[in-house]
Amino acid sequence: MEEKAQTLLKKEREFVIPGEEIVKSMEYLPGRSCFREGESIVAKRIGVVSVENRVISVIPLNGVYAPSVGDMVIGEVVDIQGNSGWVVNIDSPNEAFLPLAGVREFVSQRADLSKIYSIGDTIYAKIHAMSGSSIYLSMHDVMARKFRDGMVIKMNPMKVPRLIGKQGSMINAIKEKTDARISVGQNGLIWVDRNFDLIKEVVGIIEKECFTEGLTDKVAKFLGEKTKAKTEEKEEKKEE
Amino acid sequence: MKKEGKNSDELRPLVIKAGVIPNANGSAMVSMGKTTVYAAVYGPRKLHPKHLQMYDKAYLYCRYTMVPFSTKERARPGPSRRSTEISKVITDALKPAVFVNEFPKATIDIFIDVVQADSGTRCAAINAASVALADAGIPMKDLVCAVSAGKIDGKYWLDLTGEQEETTDCDLPVAVMPKSKKITLIQMDGSLPEKDVKEIIKLAVDGCEKIYKAQKKALEERWIGAIREDK
Repeated sequence: MEEKAQTLLKKEREFVIPGEEIVKSMEYLPGRSCFREGESIVAKRIGVVSVENRVISVIPLNGVYAPSVGDMVIGEVVDIQGNSGWVVNIDSPNEAFLPLAGVREFVSQRADLSKIYSIGDTIYAKIHAMSGSSIYLSMHDVMARKFRDGMVIKMNPMKVPRLIGKQGSMINAIKEKTDARISVGQNGLIWVDRNFDLIKEVVGIIEKECFTEGLTDKVAKFLGEKTKAKTEEKEEKKEE
Repeated sequence: MKKEGKNSDELRPLVIKAGVIPNANGSAMVSMGKTTVYAAVYGPRKLHPKHLQMYDKAYLYCRYTMVPFSTKERARPGPSRRSTEISKVITDALKPAVFVNEFPKATIDIFIDVVQADSGTRCAAINAASVALADAGIPMKDLVCAVSAGKIDGKYWLDLTGEQEETTDCDLPVAVMPKSKKITLIQMDGSLPEKDVKEIIKLAVDGCEKIYKAQKKALEERWIGAIREDK
């Protein structure tokens, strides 16, 4: 095992730029954001090296959302296509399509599709299938729904896993402290029903310090102080 | 022999900064001597008009412009014969490095503005654009580095200044992918014997190494702050 580690030209969690060689050995396999050139594995994007057994990948630091099947995403309905479905902008290079079959409601022929989702509506949907550059959405999921109020916050989609945390520890902490309903789309869009400014601030912190250890505690502490100040303010006002 | 305060095999003072335009997905500023260039990358995003979409790869769009105050004489805004050609040349220099096949039907837009021009603007533009592309997290085989070289009074000079460019026999911009040493752009003004051209290309390729180091440093400075904290 030690011999293997010696062949690594870049350490785990080291910063790499495109074109930088990570390892020169056929012992390893190129994973996400990497490619093989001759004998070596080379980084494709700016990011941080990650080694899992024999697979080397780069965790990207920046970039647009790359859709994958099974992801929950937030999108805006931008077009209705006759009576076949809806075109949804999910903030990725290609627009997604929500076909009639992907909707939970019963839709009769010649029905007005805008009665179900009209242009401008924000929906929370699951990526059901992909073929080539086409993305198909589905609402057949317990989480999927249409948002009627609230606000959508945008963040770097590469940092979404950090916002969720291990087993959702981070997002649960935020939900608990801010008393808000939050839906996180893998595409970097976050729907929030209240406390917009505070949550926006927290998302900014997470984006900026995504590699800090113990960030969940830090965020919880930050939120605790903020919400405490607010309740104190309220109490003071009551006393007055 | 020293001219313009540098040796013949040295670069002009080089400054590279990544992430200078917050609205863009990726951006960079490069200044080589008195030449200053900004590049912003948007995308990969949806491509309009639709007939330009390619089913198997992304469209790489590049727009090079000189702002009116960039030269001694006011440069007329809007596309010119020169800027259209340089835009095309820069696109072709960057294309071999970008994995365009990963984003079918999309476009990657690169906007380059020359804020101050003093020779070698296309080289500075390529340097800035390649850092901006990397900053935007776009998959690339390698960065692209570019520098011009020429011959003055029988001596080979790297990274000519504006004044030198007027007196040179030959000006030769070269863009290189530094890891594989593959040349993606080579142009030549003037004429020279084959031997000289070979020497000048060699000088420029060596100069690109220095630019690569500066590009790497710029990207590190932009992103490492977030990573280093846990160490």
